[in-house]
Amino acid sequence: MKKTGAEILWECLVREGVEVVFGYPGGANMPIYDAMLSYPVHHVLVRHEQGGAHMADGYARASGKVGMAMATSGPGATNLVTGIATAMMDSVPVVFVTGQVAAHLIGGDAFQEVDVTGITLPITKHNYLVTRADEIAEVVREAFYIARSGRPGPVLIDICKNAQVEQTEFIYPEDVKLPGYQPVDHAPKDSLERAVKLIEKAQRPIILCGHGVLVSKAEEVLANFAVKTQTPVASTLLGLGAFPASHELSLGMMGMHGEVHTNMAIQNSDLILAFGMRFDDRVTGTLKTYAPHAKKIHIEIDPSEMHKNVAVDVPLVGDLKTVLTDLVPMVDEYDHDAWLKEISGWKSEADTRNIINWPDDGKLYVPHLIANIWKATGGGAIMTTDVGQHQMWAAQYYALDKPNRWLTSGGAGTMGFGLPAAIGAWFADKDQEIWAVAGDGGFQMTAAELTTAVQEGANVKVAIMNNSFLGMVRQWQEFFFEKRYSAVNMLSPDFVKLAEAHGVPARRVTKREEVNEAIAWARKTQGPVVLEFVVEQEDAVYPMVPAGAALDQMIQRPVK
Amino acid sequence: MNYTFIALVENKPGVLNRVASLFRRRNFNIESLAVGRTENPEVSRMTVVVDCPNGDYDAHKIEANLYKLVNVIDVQDVTRQPSVTRDLALIKIKVGPEKRAEVNGLAEIFRARIVDVAVDSVIVEITGTEDKIEGMIELLRPLGIVEMVRTGQVAMTRGVNDGVRRVQGVLGNRYEDVSELAEMAP
Repeated sequence: MKKTGAEILWECLVREGVEVVFGYPGGANMPIYDAMLSYPVHHVLVRHEQGGAHMADGYARASGKVGMAMATSGPGATNLVTGIATAMMDSVPVVFVTGQVAAHLIGGDAFQEVDVTGITLPITKHNYLVTRADEIAEVVREAFYIARSGRPGPVLIDICKNAQVEQTEFIYPEDVKLPGYQPVDHAPKDSLERAVKLIEKAQRPIILCGHGVLVSKAEEVLANFAVKTQTPVASTLLGLGAFPASHELSLGMMGMHGEVHTNMAIQNSDLILAFGMRFDDRVTGTLKTYAPHAKKIHIEIDPSEMHKNVAVDVPLVGDLKTVLTDLVPMVDEYDHDAWLKEISGWKSEADTRNIINWPDDGKLYVPHLIANIWKATGGGAIMTTDVGQHQMWAAQYYALDKPNRWLTSGGAGTMGFGLPAAIGAWFADKDQEIWAVAGDGGFQMTAAELTTAVQEGANVKVAIMNNSFLGMVRQWQEFFFEKRYSAVNMLSPDFVKLAEAHGVPARRVTKREEVNEAIAWARKTQGPVVLEFVVEQEDAVYPMVPAGAALDQMIQRPVK
Repeated sequence: MNYTFIALVENKPGVLNRVASLFRRRNFNIESLAVGRTENPEVSRMTVVVDCPNGDYDAHKIEANLYKLVNVIDVQDVTRQPSVTRDLALIKIKVGPEKRAEVNGLAEIFRARIVDVAVDSVIVEITGTEDKIEGMIELLRPLGIVEMVRTGQVAMTRGVNDGVRRVQGVLGNRYEDVSELAEMAP
């Protein structure tokens, strides 16, 4: 049967399981929007395409499915760019569909023409320019396959307007033919045996648990491995939640703002088991002195990550869950009591400096507020964040026992991510409690999506940590630029009035005794809610490894 | 040191851009790049010569990243494999009748050919390894080179080998020589 290209697009999207699309219509994608009305897909009209991209990203992270965002040509498509890069850096499967001017106009600087495939080439896993209707079915099939398989990532499909309206025979391709794309599952046996030998010899092993554990759904087998070999587990920012924070072997977050004992454990280890992580500069500190005594086993699906930052002794390229499932029966049970004891020694020393143990001085501190939200929600909410100080504090104090509830822009560090990601996550599970924590700076970048939340009835709670500063930049200027504050003082609108103008109930909290009541009010109020917390202006995130310093050279919070 | 890669890629629009963009994105400098059709109309073949300041460490990085491109079917690092490499150059020399014989003589020694003769110039065509071509250029330079074009290197491994060889390394094996790689890391 003949169908238009736009109809074929929706036929394929429905077959891929797409239920919700975040997008914005315009001249070059109107046939797609017209055809959409005949298909069982919910469309969320966003207020800015960047918001749509982050929503699709948040949806994908929370659901484990492929997210979907749409935009028109030209500025519509370029507005997606930050969201695409965010998904790329954090390996999130999102398919973007953009409209493009008619094929015969391409290259002629037509109205709203931008070379979108050119622009997004380095920030997509793959992208397509579709000029004919009969290409669409195959391209969509491939795009979803590429987005979700191997190391996931964003794929963009740019569809010319003529291809949307042309009629052609619709044949759904059952298979994808990609001769140059074959992700590997199993690691070779002899490599596994070499890994086992290193594990046998290790006295001070440590697991570095990355985002790959979540992507590969390897949480259970990771726990089996850790318990069987009695190996403590440190987590990257994006790996949080993959291993229960309350587990006795859990060390929490590593890296620049990681726990002291965690970074000490890494530096003093004799074997690093890097699972689905990529030795980012934010987790290694300077590479010259990184874990100098440790042998390294790296399990990772992307071969280009092997030896990229840190040369490893046993690289195991494959799907983490598959490789670990192969590995667990090959290792014996061990105990590392002395090693675990040494780590807890470092921990109890660090605890004395923890701000959470400070007496009440009447001021609001973000770590306390995060801890209060954690307590109120039983640690079970989905937590999305923006980027900066509040993000690090949320990572430190919203201790997660369950996977896929921590949605944060790690690799790209995209401000404005929190609110739209929370709205996207709500579409993944509408019964799930969802909190978005943002700073006063980041919140203003995508605050317009509050109305999207209202229009959709998205039940998301927004906590704005307002310190009237761009806090993390201010902290760096305090530490490393002799407190010469440059462009960090931030005037904000009245957030309560702003929220109310969007139709969102809101409260401002300035005293500690109001905090719990405000959180309780937000939780029992249906639909989106904004809480503005007026917090201590010049607090800093501790501990901190200065850029370029060794991982165990941390600036610690002064003892009070 | 220069490394030579052979990449078999899908013959589709934009693939050359993807490959070239990757080298830019990962901050590598292409010395030469030659692209052409193969016996299979759906497959193009690229020979890429790249300067790798960190030796095998860089070469591994390039190979693994090339594989990440969906349209790249196969990659071979032929730098240390027995292979035939050829470059072709056309060199125009400003020379009148009185010195043509000299050019002719040189061309004979290098097994080059004179493919065009004008009143005040000749064009020499030479095929060979980079070294050979460089050698000839040095000798022609004093005579006055006015224009030169080179195709860039193309390469083919020796013996029965259709060029398609899944490099084990990408599946996890070749990195086994890690002790070596660890030393190579910058």
